[in-house]
Amino acid sequence: MVQFSNWDILRNLIFAAEWTIVLSLIAFVGGGLVGGCLLVARLWRGGWVNHVFNGYVQLFQGTPLLMQLFLSYFGLRLLGVEVSVWVSASLALTLYTSAFLAEIWRGCVAAIPKGQWEASTSLALSFGEQLRHVILPQALRIAIPPTVGFLVQVIKGTALASVIGFVELTRAGNMIANVTYKPFTVFAFVGLMYFVICYPISLYARYLERKTHVARR
Amino acid sequence: MNAQLDFLAVLSDWPMLLVGVGWTLALTAMAMAIGLVVAVACGWVRNEGPAWLAAPVAAYVEVIRNTPFIVQLFFVFFGLPSLGIRLSPTFASVLAMTLNLGAYGAEIVRAGLLSTPKGQIEAAQSLALTRFQVFTRVVLPPALKRVWPALVSQIVIVMLGSAVCGQIATEELSYAANVIAAESFRTFEAYIVATVIYLLLAISLRRALNWAGPRFIFGR
Repeated sequence: MVQFSNWDILRNLIFAAEWTIVLSLIAFVGGGLVGGCLLVARLWRGGWVNHVFNGYVQLFQGTPLLMQLFLSYFGLRLLGVEVSVWVSASLALTLYTSAFLAEIWRGCVAAIPKGQWEASTSLALSFGEQLRHVILPQALRIAIPPTVGFLVQVIKGTALASVIGFVELTRAGNMIANVTYKPFTVFAFVGLMYFVICYPISLYARYLERKTHVARR
Repeated sequence: MNAQLDFLAVLSDWPMLLVGVGWTLALTAMAMAIGLVVAVACGWVRNEGPAWLAAPVAAYVEVIRNTPFIVQLFFVFFGLPSLGIRLSPTFASVLAMTLNLGAYGAEIVRAGLLSTPKGQIEAAQSLALTRFQVFTRVVLPPALKRVWPALVSQIVIVMLGSAVCGQIATEELSYAANVIAAESFRTFEAYIVATVIYLLLAISLRRALNWAGPRFIFGR
C-alpha cells in the first residue's frame, strides 16, 4: 500500500487549487460582464426591464447555488448538448455571480445623488455619455470594496462545483480523503487552502472599505 | 429538442418533498436558535469582552467566513470521527450550520453593538445598572433591531446553504430531490421543483422573520 505523507496531500491539493482559482476567475469575469450589461439595461430603460432585473436577482439570490449547478448540469444535457462539467459549472457560477454583482452595483449607482443625473441631462449629455463621464466614475469608487469582498463569496461558491464532479480543491480533498483514510487532516488542509486564498482578499476588501469611508468623510 | 418535461412524476412524490421541507425548516430553526446566541456572545466578546477570549473568537469568525460551508460540513462529518467524535448526519448538519451562522452573525451583531450611542451607555450606568443589565436591556435590543434585516438575510442564506447537507445524507429538501430524481429518472424536473420550493421558502422565511423580529426577539 502506498503511504501518503502530509506533504503528498498538500502538494496534490495545491494542484487542485489551481482549478478553484481558474473557475473563480471565469465566474467573476463572466458574472461581471453579464451583471454589468443587466445593470446598464436597467438604467437605460426602467419599466419592465426593472421587473425582469429584480426577478433575475431574486431568482438567483433566493435559490441554493447547489440547485443552480444541478439545473445547469442536467438542463444542458436535457437540451441534447453533451457538454463537459466545465461548461455547466462555469455557466451556473457566472449567472449566480452576475445576479449578485448586478445587485451590488445597482446599490452603488443608486448612491449617486440624483442631482448628478439631472445636471448631466441638463448639459445635453446622451445616456452613454452620462454613464461614462459622470455616473460610472463616481459609482466605481464606491463599488470596488464590496466587489472585491464578493470575490471571496465566488471562490467559496466554486466549492459546490465539486458536487457535480468538477475536480477542484474540495473534490480533490474528497478523493484524497477516500484514498488516504485521513479525512481529518485532508479536510483541515482543504479548509486551510481556502483560507489562505480568501483571507488576504477579505483583508484587502476591508482595507479598501476603510479607505473609501475616510475619503468620503 | 425532443425532451418532454413531466412534472407530475415528481409531484406525485409530494409526501417525500414535504418531509424534505420539514427537515430543511427544522435544521434552519435549530441553527438559528443556537446560532443567534453564538453570534451575540461572539459579538459581545469582540466588542467589550475579555481580551484573552477576543483572539480565539476572532480566529473562529475569520476561519468560518473564509472557508466554504461544504468544507466545514465535510470536516465536521468526515473529519471529526477520526478524533472519536462520531455525529449523525442531522447533528453534523446542525452543528455546521450553527457554526456558520454564528460566525457571520457575530460580525453583523458587532456592527450593531458598535453603533450604540455612547450617551445611552453612560445614562444606563448613571442609573446604577450592572454591566450585564446595561448590555441586555440597553445596548442589545436596539442593536439587534438595527441589524435585524441583515441577520434575516444571513439566516435565509444559511437555509439555502443547507441544500448541501443532502450530500452527507441529511434528509432535507435537496436530498428528497436527489432520491426522487434517482427513482423517477426525472432528474431535471425534480431539481426544478426543489428549486421553486426553495425560492418560496426563502421568500416566506424572510417575511416571517421580518414579522417575528420586532414581536418576539427585540421588542417593538
